[in-house]
Amino acid sequence: MAEASYPPDLSYHEEHDWARIDGDTATFGITWYAQDQLGEVVFFDPPTVGKSVRKGDPYAEVESVKAVSDVISPLSGEIVEVNEALSSAPEAINDDPYGSGWMVKVRLADPSELESLMDAHGYQESLG
Amino acid sequence: MTLTQTPQQRDHARTIYEKSQPGRRAFVAPALDVPHREGLLPDRLRRAEPAKLPEIAEPEIVRHYNRLSKRNFDLDTGFYPLGSCTMKHNPKLHERVAALPGNARLHPLQHPQRAQGALRLMWELQRALGEIAGLPHVSLQPSAGSHGELAGVLLTRAYHERRGERRTKVLTPDTAHGTNPATVTMAGFEVVKVGTNDRGGVDVEDLRAKAGDDVACLMLTNPNTLGLFDPAIEEIAGIVHDAGATLYYDGANLNAVMGRTRPGDMGFDIVHFNLHKTFTQPHGGGGPGAGPIAVSDRIEPFLPRPQVVRREWGNGTGPSFELDHDRPQSIGRLRGFQGNYGVFVRSYAYILSLGSDGLQEASETAVLNANYLMARLAETAGEHLPAAYDRTCMHEFVLTGGPMKKALGIRTLDLAKRLLDFGFHPPTVYFPLLVDEALLIEPTETETRETLDAFADVVGEILDEAAEDPEAARNAPYTTPVRRLDEAGAAKRPVIRQPL
Amino acid sequence: MSRYTSATDADRRAMLAAIGAASIDELFADVPEGVRLNRPLDLPAGKPEQEVYGYLRDLAALNVSAEDEISFLGAGMYDHYVPALVEAIITRSEFLTPYTPYQPEISQGGLQVMFEYQTAISELTGLPVSNASVYEGPSALAAAGYLAKLHHPDRTRFLVSRGVHPHSRETLATTSVGWGTRIEEIPLAGGATDAQALADALADDVSAVFLQYPNFLGTVEDLEALVPAAKAAGALVIVQCDPLPLGILRPPGELGVDVAVGEGQSLGNRLDFGGPSFGFFAAQDAYLRRMPGRIAGETTDVDGRRGFVLTLQTREQHIRREKATHNICTAQALNALAGVIYLSWLGREGIVELGELLLQRTAYARDALSAIEGVELLHDQPVVREFAVTLDADVDAVIERCAAQGVNPGYALGRDYPEYPNGLLVAITEQRGKPDIDRLARTLQSAVREVVHA
Repeated sequence: MAEASYPPDLSYHEEHDWARIDGDTATFGITWYAQDQLGEVVFFDPPTVGKSVRKGDPYAEVESVKAVSDVISPLSGEIVEVNEALSSAPEAINDDPYGSGWMVKVRLADPSELESLMDAHGYQESLG
Repeated sequence: MTLTQTPQQRDHARTIYEKSQPGRRAFVAPALDVPHREGLLPDRLRRAEPAKLPEIAEPEIVRHYNRLSKRNFDLDTGFYPLGSCTMKHNPKLHERVAALPGNARLHPLQHPQRAQGALRLMWELQRALGEIAGLPHVSLQPSAGSHGELAGVLLTRAYHERRGERRTKVLTPDTAHGTNPATVTMAGFEVVKVGTNDRGGVDVEDLRAKAGDDVACLMLTNPNTLGLFDPAIEEIAGIVHDAGATLYYDGANLNAVMGRTRPGDMGFDIVHFNLHKTFTQPHGGGGPGAGPIAVSDRIEPFLPRPQVVRREWGNGTGPSFELDHDRPQSIGRLRGFQGNYGVFVRSYAYILSLGSDGLQEASETAVLNANYLMARLAETAGEHLPAAYDRTCMHEFVLTGGPMKKALGIRTLDLAKRLLDFGFHPPTVYFPLLVDEALLIEPTETETRETLDAFADVVGEILDEAAEDPEAARNAPYTTPVRRLDEAGAAKRPVIRQPL
Repeated sequence: MSRYTSATDADRRAMLAAIGAASIDELFADVPEGVRLNRPLDLPAGKPEQEVYGYLRDLAALNVSAEDEISFLGAGMYDHYVPALVEAIITRSEFLTPYTPYQPEISQGGLQVMFEYQTAISELTGLPVSNASVYEGPSALAAAGYLAKLHHPDRTRFLVSRGVHPHSRETLATTSVGWGTRIEEIPLAGGATDAQALADALADDVSAVFLQYPNFLGTVEDLEALVPAAKAAGALVIVQCDPLPLGILRPPGELGVDVAVGEGQSLGNRLDFGGPSFGFFAAQDAYLRRMPGRIAGETTDVDGRRGFVLTLQTREQHIRREKATHNICTAQALNALAGVIYLSWLGREGIVELGELLLQRTAYARDALSAIEGVELLHDQPVVREFAVTLDADVDAVIERCAAQGVNPGYALGRDYPEYPNGLLVAITEQRGKPDIDRLARTLQSAVREVVHA
């Protein structure tokens, strides 16, 4: 995705991860800024369904040719679905970070955590 | 220009397997001169199908590798200012002495009495390295710098264990070479980073705060990977020793200080040398090297086994040299046999050739060359590629390409690729991580002033070109055997052998 | 005296002026007084090249090499014939003097060599994935242990056969001290790994089983019988292999082995008193991202040209740092080049012919020596190029007498295997013909007789 983009319907974590809320589940991924910093993503190893994730902790790694980055969970919960397609097509993370580049779907443990996330405007400001 | 678009270099790459034809061969087997016996190896232990090795005769093997060699840039051909690599000239004498049959055909398990030349050479090399380091006890066993680092951290572990202390952390500066933290994990410790101050030295207050009694060691290099000598080294050593920890010296930058100061005198307990850096072992495209270590008295009991020792007999016969296996507190072995002896021969030839005066001159000239190149680059390129630290450097220095990126729209990577078209190997790029768009430059002492001037001028030219046309550097190189390669594709869909 | 430097007094003056420093001393101003050496290094002064050569030549002349005696020493490194084309190629500046290929556009020679080498090792071992070299055999085995530790972080036992090279066993022990693992030795029975003892020791806390093939005493281990029990317990199977015999032996990859490592010296590298040589490291696909060391991969450039790059670098220390698969940086690239040249020279048929020749001559030597009074075979397992005997006489004294006759009969086993106090390990290469073996037999026979009657 060539142009910076931060959809207004998402919530953002300062470690450059987004969450799309849908009732008591949420979808996570990394932001445009994160994938731009990383460069072309060459490898993403999806975590396993059933694994617990904790707000602020890493739950997976994403690799470019010359760098490895932890993917931070914006909220706590349990992974209910993973994007297996990323194993064979990790470039979706660069091309469509908020759509086909989604990483995991999580059943939220504590929806009140949402309050500590930023909105699109706040996140963009924080990038300076 | 060293590399130009010649037919040989731009040949489509064909592997030796693709040049094979059934039935062709180079090897002529000696005749079977013993009675042939059947059934020596049951069929179930035998390979059913031969390994698909090449089938090719000697002339074509030679042509294949000769043509391949011409697709390499090399130190004997041109300037190689890779920071922290010390790409100094590889003296040609060294291949001659390494090839002497008494060295080349000597089996490592030959009885020591019949390997006195080799053991004496190792002992004398140990002594020389001990003097250079200022630490008397040397093991030549480790096979590379990383291997020496592992030895050093394992020695530290043994030292603390012996004292009944349980220490779980090793400190490394945030400018450390990647091998340092990787080594720490392999040795079973946790890495804790220590910050760098704005003068490029260790943040002493950060160190003081982190140097607790759970810290086993601080790993440092001095000068550091910014090419700067840390004037606070005595204070740093004091803090580390007061905390009961060991101080480890990564010898990658030893070329800056020989004869001027010694890590042992700075307070280091354990030092590793890179014989393929400071001591001219040819790099071979990625090895072989060697990473001997020198240690203080308190670490000596734990040295790897066996150790080369000298025994006096006092009965009129000369001393003899032996492999001492009787070392009850030794950490053990880190590899087979005695180490990379062929590398020892070359490094010792270098030390004999240079001697006390020459080694000091080498370091002084290395530092002179680096400061000179830094001054010339400040003239030709300083506006867009300033030095990261406004200080006298040692044998290497770091420039930052941040301003270049902003003003001219080309990155350090693009500059590096464009340098290839001018017949220079680029400096180290994007290391150390602390500096934005880093360019780490180490000319070494064996380069002439004219070469340094030429390099500084070319960098200036490339920046001038970028001001007019940034695309030129962004799409470089143009004249090399291949142009920019799809590294992402190679990582996504790895093809790491020829399908046969 | 200029030693490889060019800076004259005139150069120095001009350069100091450009720097704006008055003297070289000023450039060292950051070195605190308290750590300045302030005296010359206590080493002899530098010498002219001819004196250095003379001194080192005289030292080398004190060594008794395979040039000076008929040698049957093996135990991990072997006096094979290294063809002349190897040194002609590896002493070329373009292979000898470059750095690790961090700028692939000008390193296609070295990178393609790595690719061809990786292919050859993959072929020999029957495993799909090979790296571009590690240091040597024993540390390669330890590196495989580290891979097992990363793969199975919750399993803590390593089962190591007593048939694995003593240096490898010790290197694994030294290297693994901080891994939270512990090593248990599996004994030998009749010269081969005791399959029952292995089966009894296996449980779900075993991370890896380590074997050698052929083992240190020359036995071709029956991997087909040993491997399944280990796999059933969920352990990795790691085998240190002697590469030349792999030309005729069933490759470990076909037998379910997870990782094959080994000492590459036999492949086109000199003895050099133990190094430099190279270690090879090959594995099943599943372990690709846990492999240590450099790996070259094929790709294309912007114009569509075929090319090669270092790939999967995110495993390595310069990127992954504390989470790297290994700390290795400089490896043994030039020695691996010698290896792939040698394998190309031997070729598909040659390595089989060489293996058969070694097999026959070793059998002949084994028969000749076991016929000597006072010499018995240590075991009668199948062997390819090395075998063990035990003497009814002090082996060190026998070796001395043989040496005086210009024959080095082999390696005394007693220090590594106290259970064989007068054991002798005898290695055969293609450089030891029938006359040499006959001479060994005669020399050994008279030496044993003399020592017994002394």
